[in-house]
Amino acid sequence: MTAPTPDVIDHLADIRPGSFVDRIRTERPETRANAQKSYLALFEPAHEGDVTRAERLIVATFVAGLHDAETAEAFYAAGIEGDAALIAAVKSEIEAGRTSGPYGNYPSGPLSREDKSGLVFTVSELGRTALGHKLSAALEHSHLLVYRPREASPEALQALLDAGWTTTAIVTLSQIVAFLAFQIRVVAGLAALSEAGEGIRASATAAE
Amino acid sequence: MTETAIHPTIDNRPAAFTQAEIGWTPWLQPLSEEDLSDRHWAGLVDASRAKSPYFMLLARDPEILEARTKTDKDIFYNTKAGLPRAERELSAAAASRFNGCIFCASVHSRFASHHSKRTGDVQKLLDNGTDADLGSSRWNAVTKVSVALTQTPSTFGVTDIERLRSEGLDDLEIADAIHGAAFFNWANRLMLSLGEPTAAA
Repeated sequence: MTAPTPDVIDHLADIRPGSFVDRIRTERPETRANAQKSYLALFEPAHEGDVTRAERLIVATFVAGLHDAETAEAFYAAGIEGDAALIAAVKSEIEAGRTSGPYGNYPSGPLSREDKSGLVFTVSELGRTALGHKLSAALEHSHLLVYRPREASPEALQALLDAGWTTTAIVTLSQIVAFLAFQIRVVAGLAALSEAGEGIRASATAAE
Repeated sequence: MTETAIHPTIDNRPAAFTQAEIGWTPWLQPLSEEDLSDRHWAGLVDASRAKSPYFMLLARDPEILEARTKTDKDIFYNTKAGLPRAERELSAAAASRFNGCIFCASVHSRFASHHSKRTGDVQKLLDNGTDADLGSSRWNAVTKVSVALTQTPSTFGVTDIERLRSEGLDDLEIADAIHGAAFFNWANRLMLSLGEPTAAA
């Protein structure tokens, strides 16, 4: 029997057993357990379905890189076994794709005054050769989801279908990008809390 | 055969942020009830979610849907101490407003109003955005740190922790605010990219 995977959020945020942040996480046991189960469902799936483990890790590495989340990027990249050229290609696309968000246009109407333009990312020719058409389409969609989710469209999904992803695979890919957007922010938040040091202890009174 | 995305025809598509109940329609084919195995039912968590096209689309990958749903429920509904419900909903509404998810913002602004009775302050968030004065320094602080966390890359740091502490939040309440905003960076991206809002049914 293999050892259970250590808690990834604790690992990435460097939360030590017995620390005050560890104790706070214990107050929300379902959150902690299901954030980990989410990781396992996406990266150690019982049913691999239409997205391979390597594809999952490449997308995750790219998404973490776009978030400037170095520890998470290294963590997911470490799972991509043995293919140095592929990892180098992903890193080069991360460099080309990094910007800051959220940005994008709203459907035309009263919110158009909040439209904000920004990079519409496409994978480089070199990257496309290394990654292939299908993964390149996944990275382009991931970039949209990371920085300009309000510009999503049926056309963007059609591009994924045309590149060979199934409807179910698109659900899985979308969950990977969206989950990473959560996981990376929980890690950033809890790491900041840890750095700030212990403050006011939780009172036992119920919220509400 | 290549599958095809759905291009819905929508009358009166919501074009502004609102607390009203609105609908949502998918761009990819959800499962239908006759497609569901035990594995899919487990993923839905609540059988009533089989009536929702959003959850029936996400049910195509049931294991992550189940874990997502249980994470969501604990962050927002576990009221054993921690941040009041209204402010958890505020963190969700602020993230949704900032990312631009009209559907998510409608649900969670409505919940924030329900729990706080501060419908007017919530409406300022929707109408004027996340820089609006929401009527109390505590609400402004929860909104500001939710935005810092939602920016990509996140700009959240120790100053955000201190901002919440200066409003009297204890460490569990701070962790609840972090999780509320972080979770909506997950939810917004699914809601925004797999379909679009529709007028109330």
